[in-house]
Amino acid sequence: MEKESVLSRMGVSVKEFFVGEDSIFRRFGRAVKKAVLSVVHGSLAVKLSCLFMGMGQMMRKQVVKGIVYLLLEIGFILFMVFFGGKYIGHLFSGSLGTKASGEVWNEELGVYEAVKGDNSFLILLYGVVSLIVLIMFITVWVMNIRGNLENDRALAEGRKLATFKQDCNTFINKKFYVPLLIPPLLGLLVFTIMPLVFMILIAFTNYDFEHTPPGQLFTWVGFANFGQLFSVGGGSGFFLVFLRVLLWTFIWAFFATFSNYFFGMIIALMINRKGIKLKKLWRTLFVVVIAVPQFVTLLLMQKILDGDGILNVILGTNIRWLADTANGSIIPRVMIILVNMWIGIPYTLLMCSGILMNIPAEQYEAARLDGANAWQLFFKITLPYMLHVTGPYLITQFVGNINNFNVIWLLTGGGPVDNINYGGGSQAQSTDLLVTWLYRLTTDTNPRYNIASVIGIVIFIICAVLSLITYNRSGATKNEEVYQ
Amino acid sequence: MKAQTFKEKLLGQRTRTAVTDGFIYVILAVLGILWILPIVFMLYTSLRVTPETGIITKLFPDDLQLGFGNYVRLFQDSLFLRWFGNTLLVAVCSCAITTLFILMVSYAFSRMRFKMRKPLMNVMLVLGMFPGFMSMIAVYFILKAVGLTNSLFALILVYSCGAALSYYVCKGFFDTLPRSLEEAAILDGASQWTVFWRVTLPLSKPIIVYTVLTSFIAPWCDFIFVNTIINDAEKYTVALGLYRMINAEKNSFSENFTVFCAGATIVGAIISAFFLSMQRYYVEGVTGGAVK
Repeated sequence: MEKESVLSRMGVSVKEFFVGEDSIFRRFGRAVKKAVLSVVHGSLAVKLSCLFMGMGQMMRKQVVKGIVYLLLEIGFILFMVFFGGKYIGHLFSGSLGTKASGEVWNEELGVYEAVKGDNSFLILLYGVVSLIVLIMFITVWVMNIRGNLENDRALAEGRKLATFKQDCNTFINKKFYVPLLIPPLLGLLVFTIMPLVFMILIAFTNYDFEHTPPGQLFTWVGFANFGQLFSVGGGSGFFLVFLRVLLWTFIWAFFATFSNYFFGMIIALMINRKGIKLKKLWRTLFVVVIAVPQFVTLLLMQKILDGDGILNVILGTNIRWLADTANGSIIPRVMIILVNMWIGIPYTLLMCSGILMNIPAEQYEAARLDGANAWQLFFKITLPYMLHVTGPYLITQFVGNINNFNVIWLLTGGGPVDNINYGGGSQAQSTDLLVTWLYRLTTDTNPRYNIASVIGIVIFIICAVLSLITYNRSGATKNEEVYQ
Repeated sequence: MKAQTFKEKLLGQRTRTAVTDGFIYVILAVLGILWILPIVFMLYTSLRVTPETGIITKLFPDDLQLGFGNYVRLFQDSLFLRWFGNTLLVAVCSCAITTLFILMVSYAFSRMRFKMRKPLMNVMLVLGMFPGFMSMIAVYFILKAVGLTNSLFALILVYSCGAALSYYVCKGFFDTLPRSLEEAAILDGASQWTVFWRVTLPLSKPIIVYTVLTSFIAPWCDFIFVNTIINDAEKYTVALGLYRMINAEKNSFSENFTVFCAGATIVGAIISAFFLSMQRYYVEGVTGGAVK
């Protein structure tokens, strides 16, 4: 019932966003119209600065500001002429390079000469860089015109224009957020946004082991990769493999999250119980596991559980704990979840002990007086309280587990390879999560970057939907100011 | 008569509590041993000198010898000391930048109000959900284009530049700080700059320590990014060095397992010391983010 209303509300708002009276296009249109009109009616300074950034400011004796703008424009033009323009052109020309490298017969010397062709990879990468520079420049350009319009208004109202010093001063007061945000955002732009845009674009190309620069070219293929991942057809579609990996990803994320949560809580309750001594010792025993880096504990566990590992020596058995393929690789799958409990429960324990102590003791006493037993206390008081307080944490954990690369990769490496073959060349193995499958597709000897990118987009959509729903429903975003 | 039944009841309850307590002690002891056993095994393996170095066929062989031979081998035969220095350098630098970035972003989002605030917060939340190594190859080529592959500086950049995405725990903390102090400082003529450094940061010790702790530990644990960016053994970090030690070649495991355990013990000891000394702040950070 409620779910439906949430969904339908989402649908309505999406529709309004695109087609309604206040749709994004109409709002954009209005804004452009307003901007053009204000420039047309603006002073000479405004008009000049549309062409020569900073001219308007210089005319009004804001010399330093004007020079900065002018230098930015010159820099941008030089960048586009000598570097960016070419790549943006390539990006929109419909192909990523036309000349493959190869050997060409040289008549004069009578030898084959290696000819360097176009490198599709670099064309795409530099194209993305140039596009981002272009967008940044347009932002600065708009800022520059806005500043001039603002100056127009100030002069009309008889106010004095801000001096350079005053401008600088607003950056540590009213606009302090600008210097605070710019360095981190620049970092994000270069090392997160740019690579992401690039990889998303890869999803629409045929960049795989048969099209690997610099030797070969790759080019745009539209939605063909999505088609391959979501179709069964002719043995080349990966849909069945995808479903299998997706299903296991969800099973894993579910068990990994809730096993850690409940067992961690139960252990925390046991340690916190009145009358249990040596609380600190018990807690430390578990917490030590956190303190040893995960890759160490995981590699150690991998070697302990190995076919030749110490566990088999101790038990006198000969079970391949992480490599048995019987019954859909059930043994490795269970072992992974168990090892994950060993790693994860201490975190829950650490988090829960603090929160458990916050539960008002009167509630327990009142319930006990009414004759409630231990189970009832747990299910009627402790659990609802914990779920209420740690709801968002659980979702974060769930999303974290969907992306939990380390546990799977270091324990089984996604393996073992079972004899179920759902599609040629998918390279997925029996304990692969979507992320480890993605990783294998990019690092294998026959890489398929295009399919890997599509999988990345799918993972993103799953995680984004899950997280946005929780974040918008949890108090953290709504009641920012409650605790102040 | 009545008093007696009450006494009996009380007695019954006490024995029941004692039984439950005993039961819990047993469970805790068993679980505690289970949890600590692999780590004891690691310590023990790191100390075994003979007869085997890798595949262990017997837990207590007859000719068992214990000693620090593996530690000596670790420092003499491998570049462990070098890797250790690299990791320390990367960890200190990236931890400083990361902490500063996170504090800056959190302060801006928590304390200042501006037009792009909500959209920016949402965009950053969404960006954080792309799997990190989806873009790893692109990062590698960007670094290559500016000639930075195979350098520790690149590693520092990569670790600290994505940091701003995990602002929300810290922002949650800032949201709970009372505003009255800042308002008083601003009335007295302080700029936002002064408020940030002199008022807010001194009040934020727990979250600063939490951020420092998590960002310092990260380079000790990551080996995937290092694996892509760096392929010169001189520039490995501890994690990649140790990983390679037992996974590089087919028989490297059987040759190096005991040495690996020695290295792992050293890294583990350092992180543990670091972690246990700041455990209190870690809990505050985690729960601080979770409670709201």
